[in-house]
Amino acid sequence: MPGILAVSSGGGHWEELMLLRDVLDGPDVHFATTVADLPERAGIVNATILPDCNRDKPLSSLRCLIAAFRLVQRLRPDVVLSTGAAPGFFCIVAGKLFGARTLWVESFANAEELSLCGKLSVKIADRCMVQWEHLARPGGPVFEGSLL
Amino acid sequence: MIVVTVGTQLPFDRLVGAMDALAPTLSRPVFAQIGTGGYQPLHMDWKASVPAREFDTLLQSADAIVSHAGTGTILLAQKLHKPVVIMARRAAQGEHRNDHQVATAAQMVGRSGIYVADDETGLAEALHRALTVPYVPDSPGDRTRIKDAIRHFLAG
Repeated sequence: MPGILAVSSGGGHWEELMLLRDVLDGPDVHFATTVADLPERAGIVNATILPDCNRDKPLSSLRCLIAAFRLVQRLRPDVVLSTGAAPGFFCIVAGKLFGARTLWVESFANAEELSLCGKLSVKIADRCMVQWEHLARPGGPVFEGSLL
Repeated sequence: MIVVTVGTQLPFDRLVGAMDALAPTLSRPVFAQIGTGGYQPLHMDWKASVPAREFDTLLQSADAIVSHAGTGTILLAQKLHKPVVIMARRAAQGEHRNDHQVATAAQMVGRSGIYVADDETGLAEALHRALTVPYVPDSPGDRTRIKDAIRHFLAG
């Protein structure tokens, strides 16, 4: 099993990531999120808490970006996977730069169009999965089932 | 008990206010996690934010959950086999940066155990249905396919 960094923000993004536990779980997975008590609630030890951010808060975004790069630099994962949002996207960007394979899973919350990070992931991540069939595009995001 | 949640990140006073107005007409206690909202409920217990584990316990004791149309609560409600009423945040009211919750809610209409209130005026009826219609778990779509696709990606 390759080293996996699995990242998501708190809330729905995290609940979606937790639905993937049986796919991800193993000695070589490291979880990161933005809300301190979520990993403990899920029985996950040694998770990393990243500063939360969104596009309206440039300073916290910068802090999060730096933390994401440091995390990826330290772990050197083979794969970076994220179910959103911006903090996970930053880890995917860092993962690309450090040679990891990267997978973005767009939240099923986005049923009409991709989030900004989702759109950017189409260009940056090795694979971008959407959870609504109508959002898939040839050569773009792929639909391979949904968690809902 | 009825548990109301609007998440912890953004205010959603329209839902909190509507549930506060509704609370005295309900025959059970109501608790609300109001996030960063400015409206302070008068007719129901509330907290700005409840720690995750404590929140799980609250949800487990709920007869119904009333929520913004966030995927986190929808998944938790499914997991705990609780009926959930959802009302979408609207960008035009400054409740979110876009209308993705409106789209989510539209996709949830008719799913077992999920009751969509288009706005405050539809809340009482949606909640009534959530409390009276026998709960039948929504058959989660086939998660195997996406899991297999992700496994395949992980394996390289």
